[in-house]
Amino acid sequence: MSAESPSLHGLPPEPGVPKPDPILVVHGLRRSFGGLHAVNVRHLEIQRGTITSLIGPNGAGKTTLFNVLSGFDKEQEGEWHLNGGALVGIPCHRLARMGMVRTFQLTKSLARLTVLENAMVAAQHPKGESLRGALLGGWRDVEAKNEVRAREMLRRFTLDHMADEYAGSLSGGQRKLLEMARALMVEPEILMLDEPTAGVNPALTQSLLHHIKRLRDEGMTVVFIEHDMDVVQEISDWVVCMNEGQVIAEGPSRVVARNPAVVDAYLGAHHGEVTP
Amino acid sequence: MMDWVAILVESVRSAIGVPAAAYAISAVGLNLQFGYTGLLNFGHVGFMLVGAYGMAITVDLGGNLWIGVLVGIALAVLLGAIIGIPTLRLRADYLAIVTIAVGEILRLVVRSRFAAPLTKGIFGIQRFADDFFDLNPLPRGRYGIGDLRFDQRTAWVVIVGWALAVLVTLLVRRLMRSPWGRVIRAIREEEDATRSLGKNVFAYKMQSLMIGGAIGALAGAYLAIDQQNVSPDSYIPLLTFYAFTVVIMGGPGTLWGPVAGSILFWFLFEFLDEVMTGALRAGWFGDVLGATDIGPLRFALFGIGLMWLMAYRPAGLFGSREEMLIDER
Repeated sequence: MSAESPSLHGLPPEPGVPKPDPILVVHGLRRSFGGLHAVNVRHLEIQRGTITSLIGPNGAGKTTLFNVLSGFDKEQEGEWHLNGGALVGIPCHRLARMGMVRTFQLTKSLARLTVLENAMVAAQHPKGESLRGALLGGWRDVEAKNEVRAREMLRRFTLDHMADEYAGSLSGGQRKLLEMARALMVEPEILMLDEPTAGVNPALTQSLLHHIKRLRDEGMTVVFIEHDMDVVQEISDWVVCMNEGQVIAEGPSRVVARNPAVVDAYLGAHHGEVTP
Repeated sequence: MMDWVAILVESVRSAIGVPAAAYAISAVGLNLQFGYTGLLNFGHVGFMLVGAYGMAITVDLGGNLWIGVLVGIALAVLLGAIIGIPTLRLRADYLAIVTIAVGEILRLVVRSRFAAPLTKGIFGIQRFADDFFDLNPLPRGRYGIGDLRFDQRTAWVVIVGWALAVLVTLLVRRLMRSPWGRVIRAIREEEDATRSLGKNVFAYKMQSLMIGGAIGALAGAYLAIDQQNVSPDSYIPLLTFYAFTVVIMGGPGTLWGPVAGSILFWFLFEFLDEVMTGALRAGWFGDVLGATDIGPLRFALFGIGLMWLMAYRPAGLFGSREEMLIDER
């Protein structure tokens, strides 16, 4: 179990508790599908430089919250701020460039691009990626720099030997690693991972967690959705639990795991009565 | 007896002729949209129409032919924007539905009575390309090898056509080898992933649709110049599907696929026709088939050939089998 992050030490474990240095602040955020409030978050702050796990039963609204925050879905009400700047109405590709990068529950690899190209395409290259630049040239310097960085990133995720293979030929676990490497090539400030360990074997899960911790130690903020409580206990600095669209508990993992509201959410409110 | 040499000569003539060059150009544009970007543009004929009519009307109104070609291309870019703005944010199939409709709408508009003052209705516009033929440097004569010869007029059109096909291919090469092209291919693979990496997917798809459309318009103008004629009913949806066949035969998302595909397409098309006609004349079909049955049968055989190609080379002539076998998990 990781030690409690010093920056979060002593905070009361209550939903919506203010953090000393929040990078992301969500306020009054609502997204409904018909009559169902998929997301209904009154207030939530994410502390800079920490690993925050987002847990909750299926259908709790975790992925929808991710989608709204990253601009892939539209909120109906509410606001959220990155480093104090309001993000409402900004399209998803601009949110990514502003430093908020997300991955997907079902890995989306760019199958018929090579592994290296997958990493390169994520790098920012305003000149070469514009039509003008593509026609007139003059983008090779930046391209060379990006390639060096992409190869370093692949080495870090032990994918460098696969650089020239099609991403579609990677194993499921390698795709997860590539997706993370790709997200990092965007140079995010906050990385939002949607179930990075789903369907990944235990050894690779450990490797992924090691990478996530290392990112945190380098100063990155990581928010991730996770179902495996062992994983959550192992690496979270802070845990946020959602149910029916709302944040029902937050705090250090030990505290949240014992919270009766969380236990109820996972096992059903009347679990005590059915126990024989 | 069948004259196989003559059949081959005619087939090769078709494979390197004006329609083959025109479809090569057209398919280069469609390949950028469909092969590289994954856009299902089922109205490519509409871009060809706009290119041809833009040019013909400009000349008809007293403008210069070359300005006319530019007008046609500019109109195609505009058409790309008009189609793209409402559809490119939606799922891929919506673009397919809208483009096939737009292609037909354009044909019906240019043949309609209210557009007739400009388009001359069903009769179309003729003799607008004299400026092109005045530039022909070839003296009177027949150019080629052995029996395979073109007169100076056709030879001039053929040369310009293949030069244009190579030119637009080199343009696409320059684009696709740049970081811009990498984003385009990433969009073909996974739009949302590309978005999540900070790329404005809508803008890229729009650019691809416009550039591909402009190249289609160039092909349309080229074909019209050769015929010295534009008339609405030459622009039927079948042209789009010919262009798709060319792209798929050559290998979608390959650089020289459209050019090779067009050559193969027009070779086979003529070859089957010649063989069938020859066989008919030699009495091979007895009383079973008459002269009017040859046309449909040729299409059927062509379809079988296409299926055979897809079975043995599913990625087209130039496509890589390895790439084809990647499953999209």
